[in-house]
Amino acid sequence: MNVQTWTYLIVGITFLIYIGIAIWSRAGSTKEFYVAGGGVSPFANGMATAADWMSAASFISMAGLISFMGYDGGVYLMGWTGGYVLLALLLAPYLRKFGKFTVPDFIGDRYYSQTARTVAIFAALIVSFTYVAGQMRGVGVVFSRFLEVDINTGVIIGMALVFIYAVLGGMKGITYTQVAQYCILIFAFMVPAIFISIQLTGNPIPQLGFGDTLANSDTYLLDKLDQLSVDLGFSTYTEGQKSMIDVFCITAALMLGTAGLPHVIVRFFTVPKVKDARSSAGYALAFIAILYTTAPAISAFARVNLIETVSERRYDAMPEWFNKWETTGLIAFNDKNNDGKIQYVSDVAKNELQIDRDIIVLANPEIANLPNWVIALVAAGALAAALSTAAGLLLVISASVSHDLLKKQLMPNISEKGELIAARAAAACAVVVAGYFGINPPGFVAAVVALAFGLAAASFFPAIILGIFYKRMNKEGAISGMIAGLGSMIFYILRFKFNTFGDTTPEDWWFGISPEGFGTIAMIINVIVSVIVAQFTATPPEEVTDMVEEIRYPKGASKEVVMH
Amino acid sequence: MIPTSENKETNIARKKYWKTNLKYLGALLSIWFLCSFGAGILFRDTLNEIRIGGFKLGFWFAQQGAIYIFTILIIAYIFLMNKLDKKYDVEDDN
Repeated sequence: MNVQTWTYLIVGITFLIYIGIAIWSRAGSTKEFYVAGGGVSPFANGMATAADWMSAASFISMAGLISFMGYDGGVYLMGWTGGYVLLALLLAPYLRKFGKFTVPDFIGDRYYSQTARTVAIFAALIVSFTYVAGQMRGVGVVFSRFLEVDINTGVIIGMALVFIYAVLGGMKGITYTQVAQYCILIFAFMVPAIFISIQLTGNPIPQLGFGDTLANSDTYLLDKLDQLSVDLGFSTYTEGQKSMIDVFCITAALMLGTAGLPHVIVRFFTVPKVKDARSSAGYALAFIAILYTTAPAISAFARVNLIETVSERRYDAMPEWFNKWETTGLIAFNDKNNDGKIQYVSDVAKNELQIDRDIIVLANPEIANLPNWVIALVAAGALAAALSTAAGLLLVISASVSHDLLKKQLMPNISEKGELIAARAAAACAVVVAGYFGINPPGFVAAVVALAFGLAAASFFPAIILGIFYKRMNKEGAISGMIAGLGSMIFYILRFKFNTFGDTTPEDWWFGISPEGFGTIAMIINVIVSVIVAQFTATPPEEVTDMVEEIRYPKGASKEVVMH
Repeated sequence: MIPTSENKETNIARKKYWKTNLKYLGALLSIWFLCSFGAGILFRDTLNEIRIGGFKLGFWFAQQGAIYIFTILIIAYIFLMNKLDKKYDVEDDN
């Protein structure tokens, strides 16, 4: 069978699974809609969290980014996993004990203020929309390449699917589809990695093959790669070229952002006990680590394969995949010196090949000559990754509107049934908006996603941590801190990423810190402003300090009935 | 809350529980910092002089090692806290 038939078959089967689960797990109450009834097992929740977490950026773009960044790619690897340590140790158990539905719920109650709640809703919406935009673009790319439909049609198909299970099933539907999506995406990611690892190094475990010698040779893969990179004028693969301070700040911003992302935090509200919240985080990271330790191996394998396939080879002798990806515009060749050969070098004036980073994962099985079903599997995996994250984000958006905004602020007397209808309507609207972003994408996937982390790090992370560990923190401190953090982050992005206030170059960055890394600084600004303002304003009321005391002890979390 | 002697005892026990929790957090987060920001970023040039198979050690920490250690840290935390919850009878036993 050809790739096209395989793709339709495998993607079709996975879609049927998702729809089947959606029908089986419809939500009947707001509690089921927001937190899946609070009864998900930690193992299933760990898998769902991993799928929720690993987005189109992790699946499609990350290995590609690392492939071109070498050592510097470590910022994503450490940044997007290290945050789970913070989540497990500093947030998840306490938020589970607190026992409400959303992050703005916690901020609103802990800081006894509707203003704080509103700022949190605003932050949740900005973060989620920034992030969901990246996912929809990912869905479009996969559809257009593998099913050879127009990107817009692809986005609409994806949206229709998410619509079915997110709007019907809420968190309950999303959780169980995410469990299925995790299995599909991890299988799809590992199969080509194992094949390629065996081809290149003879070692079936990619994590070890990465540090092994090349097959039939005494040269280590990484040494070979360093050599190839230097020969072509690129920076040494294992050394990278970003400054140490920037690597430090980006890593920290991604970690702090991970621990502050509302769609990840809300997953810890879905398990029965505090103990389960802790073990969910453990399972989640273990499931995530499988992909995250494989990705850098794929990056290195693909880099070697790519350079060896194209460098100084004749253009007319290129394999079939080269031409196929040329037509999608992800590869572009321009024979500057008219010698009919491909010069792929660092020097911009002499380089003849433009390669989109996303191609590394998507075309890797073709570059390595793997069977057609593997190529189809990658398509299904990429779709699973993008759809699962999109659904999780849509739920945060819908809960922010129907629960935090309507129920808690504008219409406190709304009935349970009315709130559920509002939640579904909000999810439906969010799907449409997300679809719009998919059709008119605001930029490339990983870059956009990286900014969402800066925003989350600058707003939620300090407000939640201070709320749990610092009893004296009051509403004035938290609100001014969130506004200062979010404001400085948005300013820095506009100033240096979108050049809103005149053109800039990386030379203008403050202390050499890129917009992606500035979340760390914005987080520090948030903490400093919060603590200083809190010193000069009233202490929080006693019932709030009592609540903070109470969430520190797990006892009673599963007995507390959430009342509305 | 009425200040009975039983409550007072619970309060002292709870204070101890929280203090031990903070001690665990301090220890685990120090390791977290050292193996990621330390070994993977700040000291990576020095560590790169050491090689294990094809890996330079600093590079290995940044792209593999840190992730393994993060997972182990969370498992250690789950284990420590479950024991602590039991010891101070604050576990969620329902």
